[in-house]
Formats: sequence, C-alpha cells, structure tokens
Amino acid sequence: MSPTATGTAGGAAEAPAPAATMREALNRALDEALTEDPATLVFGEDVGRLGGVFRVTDGLQRRHGEHRVFDTPLSEAAIAGMAVGLAMNGWRPVPELQFDGFAYPALDQIVNQIARMNYRSRGTAPMPVTVRVPSFGGIQAPEHHGESLEAVFAHVPGLKVAAPSDAADAYRLLLQSVRSDDPVVFMEPKARYWDRVDSPAPSAPDGDLPVGASRVVRRGRHATLVAWGAMVHRCLQAAEFAAEDGVELEVLDLRWLKPLDSAGLAESVRRTRRAVVVHEAPLTAGLGGEVSALITEGAFSRLAAPVQRVAGFDVPYPAGPLEPQYLPTVDRILFAVQRTLGA
Amino acid sequence: MPTGEPPASQEEPGPALPAELSRRLYRTMLTARLLDAEAVALQRQGVFPAYVSLRGQEAAQVGSAAAMDRERDFAFPTYREMAVALTLGVDMVGYMASHRALWHGGLYDPMASRFAPVNAVVGGPVPHAVGWALGEKLAGRTGCAVSYFGDGASSEGDVHEAMNLAGVLGAPVVFVCQNNGWALSVPNEGQVAGGSVAARAAGYGMPGTAVDGNDAAAVYTAVGAALERARSGGGPSLVEALTYRAAPHSTSDDTSRYRDPAEERSWAGRDPLPRARAALEAAGDADAAFFERAEAECRTEAERVRDGVSAAPEPPGSDLFAHVFREPTEELARQRRVWQEEVG
Repeated sequence: MSPTATGTAGGAAEAPAPAATMREALNRALDEALTEDPATLVFGEDVGRLGGVFRVTDGLQRRHGEHRVFDTPLSEAAIAGMAVGLAMNGWRPVPELQFDGFAYPALDQIVNQIARMNYRSRGTAPMPVTVRVPSFGGIQAPEHHGESLEAVFAHVPGLKVAAPSDAADAYRLLLQSVRSDDPVVFMEPKARYWDRVDSPAPSAPDGDLPVGASRVVRRGRHATLVAWGAMVHRCLQAAEFAAEDGVELEVLDLRWLKPLDSAGLAESVRRTRRAVVVHEAPLTAGLGGEVSALITEGAFSRLAAPVQRVAGFDVPYPAGPLEPQYLPTVDRILFAVQRTLGA
Repeated sequence: MPTGEPPASQEEPGPALPAELSRRLYRTMLTARLLDAEAVALQRQGVFPAYVSLRGQEAAQVGSAAAMDRERDFAFPTYREMAVALTLGVDMVGYMASHRALWHGGLYDPMASRFAPVNAVVGGPVPHAVGWALGEKLAGRTGCAVSYFGDGASSEGDVHEAMNLAGVLGAPVVFVCQNNGWALSVPNEGQVAGGSVAARAAGYGMPGTAVDGNDAAAVYTAVGAALERARSGGGPSLVEALTYRAAPHSTSDDTSRYRDPAEERSWAGRDPLPRARAALEAAGDADAAFFERAEAECRTEAERVRDGVSAAPEPPGSDLFAHVFREPTEELARQRRVWQEEVG
C-alpha cells in the first residue's frame, strides 16, 4: 500500500439508509474512509477482532486486514502518541479511545503533541488524526464511562471537535473529520448508538455543510434550543411538548464544538430572540458559557431575555440510578424556556 | 550528596572503527562541543533566554546518530540532542533558533531533516517514534526510528507504554537512553528503581544493552547492531548510553545546590573528547595536522552557526496564527484581524 499525506478531497458523502443506527452509520463511514484512502488506519483497544466494545468497528478488520485495523495494548497515551508518529510517516490515523473517561490518560499526547505538531513544525508535519471518543452519559455505565469532555478539548488550540446527534449526520461528520488534515476529536454520543429513530430533515442539503457549520433540526419562532450529541434528541422531545402548548421551539444542532458556528447561533437567535443552551457536562466553565457569550455578542440587540443554560450539575458524573437526576431532563429544558418567555 | 562514580566498564577500550569514521565522529563531537560553548556564551550575552548544554554527552549523541541511515531512518529528539541534529546534517542555525526562542520546535525542516521538532515533553516523543516505526513496517519500507530520551524520562508513563507497544507490534525502533546521571537535580538513585534502564528492556521482550556512553565507538557499535536488528525485522531494542551531564541542567540551573564537585571532577577525567582524541592517536588514525585542522574548521562552523542564529530575524507577529490549522477557521481569522488592528 502507498500512504498519502493528504486524503481525497471527496465530494458530498452519501448518507446511509435512514433506518440505520448511529453505530451502523459510523461503521459505514469508517469502512468508506478505509476504502477511499489506503493511508487510513483504525486502531485502539478491542477495535480489531471484537469490533469495538460498541461494535462501531465491527467487521472492519475482516474487510480491510489486520494491518489497517488493529488492536493495541491498554495504552491510551501510546495510542494517541503513536498516531503522531504514524501521521508524520504519511498515514491518516483514526484511533479510538474506548471511553471518554479514558481520554484523560491520553490528554498529554492529544493536547501537547497532536494539537501542536503542525504548529510546532511550521506546517511540515500535519496531523490528519481523528480521535474517536465514545462520549457523554445516559447508559448507566460504570464510573469514568459517562463523561463530557468537550469543553476540555474545545479549549485546546489546534484541535477541532465534533459531536453528531443522529445516524445520518454521524456518517457525514465522521467522514468529513477523517478527510480533514487537521486533528479532530470526534465525540460519539454512546446513548444514541442503537437509536433507530429517523432524523428530522436537515435545513441544508446533505453533505454541503462545511466544517464548523451547525444545522437547524427543527424550526420554531419563540426560542432556540442549542445542543449537541444526545441532548439534541432531548431538545426535540422538549420541543414536541412545548408545541402542544403552542410554543414553537427551534432546535439548533451545533455539530461542531470547535469551531463553533457563531453566525448560525446569531442567525437563529436573532429570529427567535430567546435561547437555551443544553449540555450534559457540568455547568461551570462548560461550553454553554461560550455559546451563551457568542449569542450575546451576535444577537444582543435582539435578545428578549438572558440566555439560559441547562446543564449537568457541578458534581462527578453519577452512578446509574442518579443519572436521570443529573442529566438535563425535558422538564428542566421547558422550565428554562418558561424563564426566557417570562423575562 | 550522592556521588555517581563512572561504571567500571568505562575503563575497557571500545571496539575499533574504520579510521575515516573515527575521524568523522571526532570532528562532529568537536563541533558540537564548540557550538555548545558558543550557545552558553550567547545565553550569557542575552541573545538566548536560556540554553540546555549537552557537554559530556557528545559521544552518546554523535555515536548513536552516526549509526543511522540518513536516507531511511528518523530521529525523535527531546531538547538536549543538539549533537544528534549536527550529526544528521540538520540546518543548525534553524536548530539553534529554538534556543533563541524564535520558534519552539526550531526553524529547520523536521521532515526533510528526518529529525522531529524539538520537544520539551521528555517522554512525549517516545511513542511518536513507535508510531513512525510502525508506519515503516506497514508500508513495507525498511527505515527505523530512533527515540532519544534520558534517565529522567525513563520514569514517564509514556516511555513504558511506548516500549510495551513497540514490543507487542515488533516495531523497528531503537530506544536510545542517554543516562547522564542527573534528572535536573535528582540523581539516578532517586529516579531509576533497580538502577538500570537497560535492564527494563527484558520486561518488554527486547534486548537491552548498557554501553559506555562516553565512548563514541561503543555507542556507534551498539546502536548500529540495534538498527540492523530492527531493519531485518527483529523488532525494537534499547541501548542505554551511560554518560554524564557535565554542565548544569540548563543555564538557569545551579548544580552547587545538589551536586558534589568531586563527582564532576571524577567524570571530567572521562570526557569523551580527549578520550576520542587519545584513541585516534593510539591507533595512528590521526596526526597533529589533523587535530589542528579539525580545531580550526570545527570552530569556523560553530562560529558560522553562532553568527547565523544571532542574526536570524524574529518571526512576524502574524506567525502566531500561521500554522494552527491546515484548514483555517473563521474564528481564528477573526482573531487574526483583531491582532492586526489592535496589536500588529
């Protein structure tokens, strides 16, 4: 095989059949990435023979060979670190860190190495690395298996961060991330892996969205709910309930957490005049603060109420029975909407 | 204060190398020594904010790097590998630019030089070397990675992970540990449990060899054998070059707070440069005229680099934004405009 430094430019990606689960959609995206560029490599803990603990890499080793899709020891730092060396040797690495909480042991390599190598080398050693991280909570998993690290990653210069909310978009976003010559931390909402619910029609044609673009997944005129990952679905549920009371909520799926779509946020909120940001991560210094600031900067003259944040509490991510107490609920989202409408 | 005596094995003569190679190693070591002194002087003059001297480690660095194939192999340094860069033919003005703080990674081309950017995280580049080496193996090429680190870095988790990974993958990488006795202010006994980095190789299923790091020929031979093994599909190896950091950790350091001067005097008797000179003379491989010419030419080269880095222009402010992303974001472009209007 002959590795190439840059991937194919690629046209708009064909989305998988609408009934596909996000797990299947991600699997197809990786299959596609491995097929279109012989420099693409998929590796991590249990991604080979097992096909990953969530089966996202199921069958890829069989189809693409043990040299392209392989297991590593339990070494998150080395997994991220070897991606740097592979990229410097012309490969396009797509490592998996098995769970969000285990991205922490790899942080030094992600932050100090992957994110900076292109800069440090003055553009001579690009890092076309996509670090897949099954993320967020909602599956009653053990400790360190339900974390939301987006604010950590988004704060790091040199990194881009994506988080899909449904199957069709997960396929597009992952292919777009792998094709990018910049490093991307790809946060997969594990609570949605098996979801078969069809996604609402996106506001833009499939595949046309550039890196950093958000999308409106439900149109509304009374307030904008801003979310990413699994919380997009929760916001859509909240919007359904609100509609029964005649309140039309717009739902904006950010998709990219870095770069953030400041124009998209402003455009939506300038129309609706109210905004609620929803995320699973703890409130303080969460990405909701940044989103709120962007909305204030971009739509201040039109805002009818302070931007509301509905987030996890400033506590460690809890065990199973406490998950529903911690994660933003439909009720909490609707309370926040009421606060913006009452203001 | 602990005193690290040079190991007894250092008394044994190293293997003989061809005369031309021995002379080349000597000249490179001498250039490194002279350039190192120029760099310390530049720090004293305020041209460099700081500098990390490699004095005493010339044989370990030149001997190991000279064993590399400059067309095929790739070195992953940390921040004290100036003599490795010199041996590999790196643009030394660009290398020294890192110490003048013109650009952290240096201004040389790391990919063309096959010498990764200067890295301040001592264990960080070690897994990079494993990844690069795996990339060679996957592509069916025959290059090897050489990973440079020290006794201090040997305590880092990344080094353990990298060595285990290399062992599992059979990656063609040679781990070169320059054990210079001191991790800043902490001596080996406070840093390396068991006393030997080389002995750890057995735990990763790879050969580990401790060599006299002040004998360029011994280092060259050991690293050469490890490279040959890696190149022929034998997998990774570890070579521990036992040497001595004759200078302070950096120009900001003060060894009088933690190190016995008697130890420094003891190691001074094993300085790799007089030793290499004595070996050349004993073998009849070099005469007085050679040493005279070498001194003059190496000094000229050191001064050329000194003058070059002193005169190098400072980077423009816009460089702040130049290489953050391959595919620039609108937000960073906006911030660049803010910089242009309010700072630039």
